[in-house]
Amino acid sequence: MYETNFHKVATAQEAAALLNTSEDGKILAGGQTLIPTMKQRLANPTDVIDLSGAADLSGITIAGDQITIGAMTPHAEVAGHAGLAALCPSICKLAANIGDPAVRHRGTIGGSLANNDPAADYPAAALALNARIHTTSREIAADDFFEGMFTTALEEDEIITAVSFTAPAKGGYGKFPNPASRYAMAGVFVAKSAEGSVRVAVTGASEDGVYRHDALEAALSTDWSASAVDGVEISSDGLLSDLHGNAEYRANLIKVMAKRALG
Amino acid sequence: MKITMTVNGKSVSRDVAGNTLLVDYIRDHLRLTGTHVGCDTSQCGACVVHLDGKAMKSCTMLAASAEGASVTTVEGLATSKDDLHPMQIAFKENHGLQCGFCTPGMIMTATDMVARYQAAGKTLTEDDIRHELEGNICRCTGYHNIVKSISDGASKMTSA
Repeated sequence: MYETNFHKVATAQEAAALLNTSEDGKILAGGQTLIPTMKQRLANPTDVIDLSGAADLSGITIAGDQITIGAMTPHAEVAGHAGLAALCPSICKLAANIGDPAVRHRGTIGGSLANNDPAADYPAAALALNARIHTTSREIAADDFFEGMFTTALEEDEIITAVSFTAPAKGGYGKFPNPASRYAMAGVFVAKSAEGSVRVAVTGASEDGVYRHDALEAALSTDWSASAVDGVEISSDGLLSDLHGNAEYRANLIKVMAKRALG
Repeated sequence: MKITMTVNGKSVSRDVAGNTLLVDYIRDHLRLTGTHVGCDTSQCGACVVHLDGKAMKSCTMLAASAEGASVTTVEGLATSKDDLHPMQIAFKENHGLQCGFCTPGMIMTATDMVARYQAAGKTLTEDDIRHELEGNICRCTGYHNIVKSISDGASKMTSA
């Protein structure tokens, strides 16, 4: 690992100020992606700004059907939160299947969203649940946040502080994990709001990262069932082809995972 | 930079570089070599320690991030070689290791797993154990005796 200047901060604002003044600073959330990347010398930040001491960024608050998850909340806490499980069990299930137990104790929702790995789980949940991403300077709708593989709407000195969403009437997540990495080969999050609108987000499969699947949304809007998925043509255009599977294979996985999400 | 944390119940302070990994701090600075480095890619779990009571991969954390924290390594489980932790006894009695390289991480993962299940009032089944070991790799045993050891260790921890 290259040398770096380490800073531990108490607030997100303090971190944003440091990001502004450092030459090439990086925010360290749970570090479950950043640290391995630095170890491989694929990242070489001049400064590492650690948010683990910012207590106000961690925790889950529930007010009626409004759910807010602090950016530094680890996956294990999301997975095991009883109040959240009562309102939105699908996100608990999603969090319980990220990585392994040790990774879930350290990795955070804010880190996952900011990194926007094309095979990460949380981006699918945020997009399907129509979440709002709160940052040190504004609030961004999930539809505007994810801009393609490892790319988000975040400015250079902007830090995620929390993510909030309304509990869906119905929701589910189906994931086919890569057996070695546990990242999604395809993951499909389906959500139906109390007003009846349906959103379907797909991760792991596209060359452009997480995206909404219009055809699945249309089919599930009229019939919220696994059998409704059968009639949907899943295009392989723009899907990833790599050593783990080609685009046609991933297109089929999307269909199967959508059905599991509903099942 | 100077960092201070509690390791196995004792307060320790050392000067470290900002890019020092927690596992290197534990092994090279504190000379506690029970915690191992197996893969360098966060997959094998040989480096698992408890940070404020939770299992984490010490190869995937900076030492400076653990400032003020309480760290338990495998050396911190037993008070002496004649007074092993119930999970260590279970691994010994059930032949839960061959070469032993992954064992410190297996035992730290196992004690964390049992503590979590017991705190939640849940029974730890064989399926649960196999699922929970997702982040720990053993290249010798085929896992059967490790799973048996953890199951036995869980009973011993309940009765201890």
